[in-house]
Amino acid sequence: MIKQYETVFIATPVLSDTQMKEAVAKYTDLIKANGGEVVYEEDWGLKQLAYPIQHKTSGFYYLIEFKADPQFVATLETQYHRDERIIRFLTVALDKNSIAYAEHRRQMRAGKAAAKAEEAPAEPVAEEEPENVEE
Amino acid sequence: MAAIENNEIRYLNPPTVEVRKKKYCRFKKAGIKYVDYKDPEFLKKFLNEQGKILPRRITGTSLKFQRKVAQAVKRARSLALLPYVTDLLK
Repeated sequence: MIKQYETVFIATPVLSDTQMKEAVAKYTDLIKANGGEVVYEEDWGLKQLAYPIQHKTSGFYYLIEFKADPQFVATLETQYHRDERIIRFLTVALDKNSIAYAEHRRQMRAGKAAAKAEEAPAEPVAEEEPENVEE
Repeated sequence: MAAIENNEIRYLNPPTVEVRKKKYCRFKKAGIKYVDYKDPEFLKKFLNEQGKILPRRITGTSLKFQRKVAQAVKRARSLALLPYVTDLLK
């Protein structure tokens, strides 16, 4: 039986970009190696924690949505427990409403990113056009 | 004088009757089916200044969604998106 899950973990802020990528790769590979499928990934970047965890006031947040066998969650969580880079994690099973919400959220974020990407090139183009006309 | 004789009470100003707005469940009204724990700004609407979950009698949330809000707030707290205890949240 395959169920859809969502996991968020907080990594220590001392990691470099490449170390963070390694940590993420470790867990995505772990999911794939156990017959799971990564549906979606999202990097929240460095965020301030609402309260200190292990004397740290900030951390790298990372969200992975995946489909896997329910027994895999336990292996994933033992890996989290053993990993010193991970200071906090949460794995949640998604039901039909939350899957719909997750898809909606993904589309909203994709839409926002697309709008930003459109805005950014649109402005320089607008500036360049009058110059070309003058030439 | 006529008013007093007729046992009628007349006010100089019309008496102010407090019209209370009917509370409603915002989730039912907006058709929201899932309360997301990843959105602390939204969840803050259901917390008081100390970061405690507000009761249903204040927010008007239905029982079904109050449970979901509580679950989401607790998840957000464990991920350090919301504080467990604080002062002057908001």
